Amino acid sequence: MTTPKIVLTDIAKAFGPHRVLDGVDLAIERGESLTIIGQSGSGKSVMLKCILGLIQPDRGSIRVDGEEMLGLKGRELDRARAKFGMLFQSGALFDSLPVWRNVTFALTQGRTIETARMRKIAQENLERVGLDATVLDLKPIELSGGMQKRVALARAIAPRPEIIFFDEPTTGLDPIRADVINALIVELVEDLGVTALTITHDMASARKIAHRVAMLYEGRIIWNGARDRLHDSGNPYVDQFVQGRAEGPIG
Amino acid sequence: MTPVQPIEAVFALFAAIGRLAIAALGGIGRVTIFAITTIVRALLPPYYPARLFAQLGNLGWLSLPVVGLTAIFTGAALAQQTFTAGSRFNATSTVPAIVVLGMVRELGPVLVGLMVAGRVSSAMAAELGTMRVTEQLDAMTTLRTDPYRYLIAPRLFASVIALPALVLIANVIGILGGYLISVYKLGFNAVGYLSVSRRYLETGDLAMALVKAGVFGFFIALMGCYHGFRTQGGAAGVGRSTTNAVVSTFVLILLSNFLITVIAFG
Repeated sequence: MTTPKIVLTDIAKAFGPHRVLDGVDLAIERGESLTIIGQSGSGKSVMLKCILGLIQPDRGSIRVDGEEMLGLKGRELDRARAKFGMLFQSGALFDSLPVWRNVTFALTQGRTIETARMRKIAQENLERVGLDATVLDLKPIELSGGMQKRVALARAIAPRPEIIFFDEPTTGLDPIRADVINALIVELVEDLGVTALTITHDMASARKIAHRVAMLYEGRIIWNGARDRLHDSGNPYVDQFVQGRAEGPIG
Repeated sequence: MTPVQPIEAVFALFAAIGRLAIAALGGIGRVTIFAITTIVRALLPPYYPARLFAQLGNLGWLSLPVVGLTAIFTGAALAQQTFTAGSRFNATSTVPAIVVLGMVRELGPVLVGLMVAGRVSSAMAAELGTMRVTEQLDAMTTLRTDPYRYLIAPRLFASVIALPALVLIANVIGILGGYLISVYKLGFNAVGYLSVSRRYLETGDLAMALVKAGVFGFFIALMGCYHGFRTQGGAAGVGRSTTNAVVSTFVLILLSNFLITVIAFG
């Protein structure tokens, strides 16, 4: 059996007295698309940021390709981080830079080099997310929310990461635009062979993009299983969440 | 309501003082770590010379109007004040000396420092703070780029380079302001005024002005970036960071100016 792409063991993180993550155990296979569902504020984003090294967990272990991530510093951390791409919830595009420099930011590390080649790379990646060359020189502020999300997606895939994190990819989009983004994610996982970890509370999105779904509740993974089992999980918490009921074990 | 025992009130007072002291020491520690991290990382590649020049333009060149205005009016007012005060005991001939020493040693660096702090610290805190709350700083890290090298180091170095240049210019303009009002309103001899000014200005004075300017420049960028970088809590958080950046820069400029002056002349 091959090593899973990412293995989290007993990850915990508290902010003051508030325990956000309290012993998360999770494994993600190579080329798999895993979706984490859970309420707003259940620590889904914190979990992603722990894996990316943006937040230091209080305890636990994070292994990527069998290599421990926690405790890495300097160039070692840079090298490990280069495996990841992330689509932020708000897009997090650099508003002072035009679209093409946003898309190629990871390749140039923010420098203005090889302009002609970088514009070409930006255009290729934008085409992959369904945008054409007319947006290359626009500033992010001149784009609609859905287009910003697509540019952010192009920026995340431009350096061809092995793993992509999607933080609420469909939040703030209308159902049609949301479905376009979902389709793009499915396409990217299939075409580029990336390992995808998505956090969402949009069940339509989870059903469309996930191979497997896990639910985070009170700082732990309380259930995980194949997407098709989402509706007969046998877990009252998952049932309540999937059906979107106010009554149930989740207060 | 239970009556408060006197002993408890005393304890509460000490606890409050203790909390303040711990918070202050913690703040100093965090700022120091932030400064050292920036400098250490800036020494290793990749370097961003283009970002440095962009910041020099923004910080230095675009500060010239406000610095020039401040300097010319301050120099002129200083000359008028000295003349009026001096005329009470026949000491109006001290005007050129006091203008040149006052501008170069004290008013040039401090006023330029405060004006640029108001213009630049606030802008840095607001820009970096907005980048923090919109996750742009996190995004930058995931895009293989170090925000310390890309955003903070260029601001810090540009500020340390630009401030001495701005202070030099402010000194010249301030002395010119004093000269203009002395020669055209107060009836000084033009050539005499300049030669007296020249005689009283020593290299040491100029050197101290430049040292002060460099220190102020360091604090201006450091506090702007530090508060911006640590911003939490949306638009209100950005507002708080901006205020904190300006207030803490002002305090540091006034305090370090006092210390440098006392050490140099004490």
